[in-house]
Amino acid sequence: MPTEILMPALSPTMEEGNLSKWIKKEGDAVAPGDVIAEIETDKATMEVEAVDEGTLGKILISEGTEGVKVNTPIAVLLADGESEADLDKAASKQAAEETKVADDSATKAEPEEKSGGSVPAAPEVKIAADPDIPEGTEMVSTTVREALRDAMAEEMRRDGDVFVMGEEVAEYQGAYKVTQGLLQEFGDKRVVDTPITEHGFAGVGVGAAFAGLKPIVEFMTFNFAMQAIDQIVNSAAKTLYMAGGQMGAPIVFRGPNGAAARVAAQHSQCYAAWYGHIPGLKVVMPYTAADAKGLLKAAIRDPNPVIFLENEILYGQSFDVPKMDDFVLPIGKARIHKEGRDATIVSFGIGMTYAVKAAEELAGEGIDVEVIDLRTIRPMDLDTVIASVKKTNRLVTVEEGFPQSSVGAHIASQVMQRAFDYLDAPVITVAGKDVPMPYAANLEKLALPNVAEVVEAVKAVSYRS
Amino acid sequence: MARAASKTSAARSRSTKKGAAGAAVQAPKPPKPEDFDKEQELHAYREMLLIRRFEEKAGQLYGMGLIGGFCHLYIGQEAVVVGMQMSMKDGDQVITGYRDHGHMLATGMEARGVMAELTGRRNGYSKGKGGSMHMFSKEKKFYGGHGIVGAQVPLGTGLAFANRYRGDDSVSITYFGDGAANQGQVYESFNMASLWKLPVVYIIENNRYAMGTAVARSSAETDFSHRGLSFKIPGIQVDGMDVRAVKAAGDLAVDWCRSGKGPIILEMQTYRYRGHSMSDPAKYRSKDEVQKMRSDHDPIEQVKQRLMANKWADEDELKAIDKEVREIVGDSAEFAQTDPEPDVSELYTDILL
Repeated sequence: MPTEILMPALSPTMEEGNLSKWIKKEGDAVAPGDVIAEIETDKATMEVEAVDEGTLGKILISEGTEGVKVNTPIAVLLADGESEADLDKAASKQAAEETKVADDSATKAEPEEKSGGSVPAAPEVKIAADPDIPEGTEMVSTTVREALRDAMAEEMRRDGDVFVMGEEVAEYQGAYKVTQGLLQEFGDKRVVDTPITEHGFAGVGVGAAFAGLKPIVEFMTFNFAMQAIDQIVNSAAKTLYMAGGQMGAPIVFRGPNGAAARVAAQHSQCYAAWYGHIPGLKVVMPYTAADAKGLLKAAIRDPNPVIFLENEILYGQSFDVPKMDDFVLPIGKARIHKEGRDATIVSFGIGMTYAVKAAEELAGEGIDVEVIDLRTIRPMDLDTVIASVKKTNRLVTVEEGFPQSSVGAHIASQVMQRAFDYLDAPVITVAGKDVPMPYAANLEKLALPNVAEVVEAVKAVSYRS
Repeated sequence: MARAASKTSAARSRSTKKGAAGAAVQAPKPPKPEDFDKEQELHAYREMLLIRRFEEKAGQLYGMGLIGGFCHLYIGQEAVVVGMQMSMKDGDQVITGYRDHGHMLATGMEARGVMAELTGRRNGYSKGKGGSMHMFSKEKKFYGGHGIVGAQVPLGTGLAFANRYRGDDSVSITYFGDGAANQGQVYESFNMASLWKLPVVYIIENNRYAMGTAVARSSAETDFSHRGLSFKIPGIQVDGMDVRAVKAAGDLAVDWCRSGKGPIILEMQTYRYRGHSMSDPAKYRSKDEVQKMRSDHDPIEQVKQRLMANKWADEDELKAIDKEVREIVGDSAEFAQTDPEPDVSELYTDILL
């Protein structure tokens, strides 16, 4: 049967074009790959190649015609043994093709109409509560640094596919000593010093995860992970979706995040909001040593890419950690750090240090604050936040990151949409100042949030200032 | 059966000498392409033809508006993936950039699933959610399909890391182009791969143009087999239009990796007949240049001529192969047009496990 040659689309946006020239004439033999015509699009003149073998039976659109719509038949190709007498058969095929195209567009349009063109609802994330800690469990005072190390060591003992890689993680025992002792216990096959090459080793980690290993990639700080952000976002976070669920990256990217002390603009940035923006990632930012341990163990076991944001200043702080064989916490669950009824402070990571102190001060002034430690930025446990707001009717968020598009800004927007009627005052988002981190001690202090700001914000939402 | 002389054997031996003198890399001797037997020639012919016909059909479907976005065709470069695949064994992994349809077909992925992904349908390899540039098959050890130029190089190096970690003898075949060869992460990967002796074959598919920029206008060192010298990675230039030369170099390279010597680079000197993507009129090169490659170096035509000269296949037999390939491609195109689009509920699946 003769084949119709259709006006081709030659760019993602082309709808019509000019048929500027026929290179082949009626009666010419054509083979796949032969240039048969030239078409002018809005951007360029393009060559049209034949796909099938045959003889150019009839030219339907003469050269010089302008505004030829995509998919208009422009010529008819005769196969071996066909003649001009067969040309009309193509016409009937054309009619059939048109019906098919029409049918196709109908089926395409249908589902949209059925659902009113609306987007299906995002599935609800159900997250289990924290495990019970049996009564009488011994609590051991542990630094965040030790808790993180213990989490890695326990998971490495448990699963031979888990390994750690990063700058100075092995022989130096960790730039911040978080991986102390791991090389001695697990050897250099599983505790791998990398060159200073963040983009490269992040990608190597993701590739190893594609192959089924469970890498823990340590960034000396998350400031340096900006070099690697393409591999984190485009390769680690999106592959499961782009592969239709066939494969993804079970990997943990961890390291200190945010401001330390006097290290200035390039070494003092919080990435909670950055990574919190990306579907396909989980983002954890613990405050206490127990959360650091339980959540890092969960992150290593998680089949998804997890960003684990630590803080250099918190590394040396001690908290009680339950002495249990396998203490794993759920990612995606906030923790009510202190119950209260007058106002809610939501924070996470080092932001909690301001929140906790502010709550203590405010208690002295008769304001009973509920403090929520978000612990996980994505998926975010907004249910816990909203339940608290419904009780206290007042909300302040606290974080060290920049104010625009911050984690607090997202919480404020969600609370406004889901609990507007429960709010007795506008939400206040306490954040770092909208400036690069200065070096000078006095300016650095001003750039970060402080306890007084949080106290003032809670009083403001309580109309007590 | 006479040994066929390779057109680039002179270039290969020259580059190797330079490589040996320039750094302390004991570069392997460039292999002489072995003649294929009848079965190998027929296999290579069919596999290359399948890719070409598939790509021509994809171009046609793109023209009909059935394939959206970007579509980068592999026409002209078929010998590279087909020859390399003939050197590989089960367990070896493949990863590449966005010009990936040929690689997928070569690994044995079904034409239907690939074409249906191109049209964004539910039975595409990624359920229609990845498209031309992002397709995967865990079963066939094809790890994508990556849209960011050069990103597949650390990823492929990571696959090799996993092989070494597990102590198996699989090799990661990591493909990238002459354009990607200028990305920094490629050299970060070279350094680690060499430092840790990772079993990775870096295949630089030098098709002479990084989108529209000729190699000489973008690369200070246009001999890509030398790109690993600072990292003590040996490299070989290969006539990427001759499937036998590709297989010979591939055999050497995978042996090199399997014997624990670490990474190796193969620069495949090849050519793409079509534009960078469907919307590229390719005005940066002359028609004569393209025509000369097609008429003098076409990888499929070379095999066809040998098959006929050796009387291993006559026109009718070759036509029968062509017919079989056309049927597969035609069936895939039909399937890709009738398969439904993904259900709307798929919008929110496969984001997290």
